[in-house]
Amino acid sequence: MLQYTIRRLLLIIPTMFFVALITFGLTRAAPGSPFDRNENRPLPQATIDRLNRLYGIDRPVTEQFALFLGNALRFDFGSSLVKDRQVTDIIGQGLPVTAQLGVQALILSLAISLPLGVISALKQNSMVDYGSLFFATVGYTIPPFVIAIVLIFIFAVDLRLLPIVGWGDIKHMILPTVVLALGPAAFITRITRASMLEAIRQDYVRTARSKGLREQVVIVSHVMKNAMIPVATIIGPATAGLITGSFIIETLFSVPGIGRLYVLSINQSDYPVIMATTLLYAFFIMVANISVDIVYGILDPRIKLAH
Amino acid sequence: MATVATTAAQQRAIDANVLLRKQRSLWGDALYRLFRNKAAMVGIAIIILAGILAIFAPLIAPYDPTLQNTKLNNMDPVFAGTPYTNPHYFLGSDELGRDILSRLIWSARVSMVVGFVPTALIFVIGASLGMLAGFYGGWVDNLLMRFTDIVYAFPDLLFLIIIMAALRNTGIGEVLGGLLLIFVALAVISWVGLARLIRGQVLSLKEKEFVEAARAIGVPTRRIMFRHLFPNALAPVIVTLAFAVPGAMLAEATLSFLGIGIKPPTPTWGVMINEGFTVFSQSPWPVMLPAACISVVMLAFTFLGDGLRDALDPRMKI
Repeated sequence: MLQYTIRRLLLIIPTMFFVALITFGLTRAAPGSPFDRNENRPLPQATIDRLNRLYGIDRPVTEQFALFLGNALRFDFGSSLVKDRQVTDIIGQGLPVTAQLGVQALILSLAISLPLGVISALKQNSMVDYGSLFFATVGYTIPPFVIAIVLIFIFAVDLRLLPIVGWGDIKHMILPTVVLALGPAAFITRITRASMLEAIRQDYVRTARSKGLREQVVIVSHVMKNAMIPVATIIGPATAGLITGSFIIETLFSVPGIGRLYVLSINQSDYPVIMATTLLYAFFIMVANISVDIVYGILDPRIKLAH
Repeated sequence: MATVATTAAQQRAIDANVLLRKQRSLWGDALYRLFRNKAAMVGIAIIILAGILAIFAPLIAPYDPTLQNTKLNNMDPVFAGTPYTNPHYFLGSDELGRDILSRLIWSARVSMVVGFVPTALIFVIGASLGMLAGFYGGWVDNLLMRFTDIVYAFPDLLFLIIIMAALRNTGIGEVLGGLLLIFVALAVISWVGLARLIRGQVLSLKEKEFVEAARAIGVPTRRIMFRHLFPNALAPVIVTLAFAVPGAMLAEATLSFLGIGIKPPTPTWGVMINEGFTVFSQSPWPVMLPAACISVVMLAFTFLGDGLRDALDPRMKI
C-alpha cells in the first residue's frame, strides 16, 4: 500500500514535466507575439523588441523552457504579460473563487444525486425511478452551456429574479453553482443507482434478510455500505468534470475565478498565466485521481493495488 | 394420420417454436435486443434525420447560410407572435440578417462530420495500438501506459483549448475552416482511452482456451489477432465509439461557443449560440434554436449508446 502510494506520487513528476513540455511547445507554436494584439494601434517594432527582450521571449525556445522549469520549481512563474502583476498573485486571487464554486457544486451534486440514486434503486421501475433516470440522462447529455443559457433566460431575462453576470452575494452564486452541479449530479445518480441495484442482488443481502434483520438495517448497513464503494471513486472524475465545467461556467457568468482567467489568458497569449494554470489543473487532477485510488483500496480490501 | 385442425394457441406455439429454432448469432441477438429498445430506435431515427439534413443540406436549406440581408435582421420566427417576423424566414434571421433555418440545417452537416471523422480516427489508432500493446506487451505497452498517464492528467477541454488557441491561426488551422485541426486534436486526446480498453480486453482474452486452441493447431499470429481476439473484444469498443461521436460533437460545440472552434462564417450550432448570445436579452431565438438542435442530437446519440450497451452486454449496467 505504502509502496503503491509512493510510486504513484513519484509518477506525478515526469507527468508534470510532459504536461509542461506540451503546453509550452503548443503556446510557443502560436503565431504572433502577445504584444501585437491591438490591430488598430500596433506598437512600434522597437517597443515589441524591447518587451520581448524584457520577458525573455527573444531567446531560443529551449532556453526559455529550461529557464521556466528552473523558476517553476521555486514556484516563480514570472509576471503576466498583460497585467503587470505576478502570476502567482493573479492565480491566488482567482483560486478561492473557483474553489468555492467547485466545492458548492460538488456538495450540491452529492446532495441531489445520492438520495436520488438510492431511492430510485430501492423503488426500481417506479415513477420515481423513471423520473430520476430521465434527470440523469438529460443532465448528463445536454451541454452545460445550453442548460446555463436556458436557466439564464428563465431566471434572469424573463423573471428577472437573478443577476446574469458577476460574483459577490448569494444571488450571483445560485445559477453558476446549479449549472456546474448538474452534470456531476446526473452522472453520480446513474452510478449510485447501478451500484445499489448490483448490491441488492448479492447473496449476503439475502442472508441478512433471512436472518430477520429489519429492512432498514439491511439497506443501510449491508446494501449501502457496499454500494457506496464505486460511488466514492466517482469523486475523482467528477472533480475533473467540475474543473472543465468551470471554464465554461465562469466565462459565461463572468465569475472572476481561474477558469475564466484561463480562457482569457489563452485569448491574450499570456504565456506565463497559461503555463501556471495548466500545471495547477493537471496537478490537481492527478492528486484527485491518486487519492481516489488509494481510498478505493482502503474501502475495498478485495481490490489489489499492486498492479 | 388424421389431420387435426390446429387451434390458434397451437399455431402460436408453432410459430414461436420456428422463431426459436431459427439460428441467431450473438450479434443477431444483440441487434434484436437493440431493435426492441424504443429509446434507441428513437435515437436512430433522429440520427438518420440529422444525417439526411447533413447530406442534402444544399438542397433542403432555403437560403445560402452565409447570405446576409441586413435590412431584415433580427427577425423572430413566424410563430413567435411578435411584429418582427417575415414570411421568408420561417425561423427568423440573425443579427446579420442570415436565415436561421438554413444555418441550422448546414450546421447539422458540420456536426455530423465532426462527430464521425474523429471517431473513425480514434478507432483506427486506438484499436491497432491497443491490440499491439495487449498482445505483445513490452515497450509498446509501457509507452502506451505512460502516455495514458499524461493524457489522463490533462483535462480534455484544457488540452483542446490550448491546441485550438495555439494552432488556429496557422496553416493547419485554416484548412476546412478549422475542421481539420479539430479532428486531429480530438483524435490525439481520445484514442488513448480506446487503446487502453482494447489492451485490457486482449490481455484477458489471449489467456482464454479458444486462443490457446487456435495457437495449438498452428493458426498464424495475425489471424489469431484479427479473427479470434478482435471480434471478441469488439462489444465494449462499439459502445465506447457510440459515445465518442456525441462527445466529439459536444467538444466542437463547446469550443465554437467559447469562440475558438470552427471559424465563422461556417455555421455550426456552437458558433450560432456564440453569435446569438450578444443579442440574447433582446431575442432568445438565435440562441435557443441551435441549443435545442444540439440537445436533441446529443440525446439521440446517448439513447443509441445506452441501447447498444444494454444490447451488447446485458450484464454491464450503468
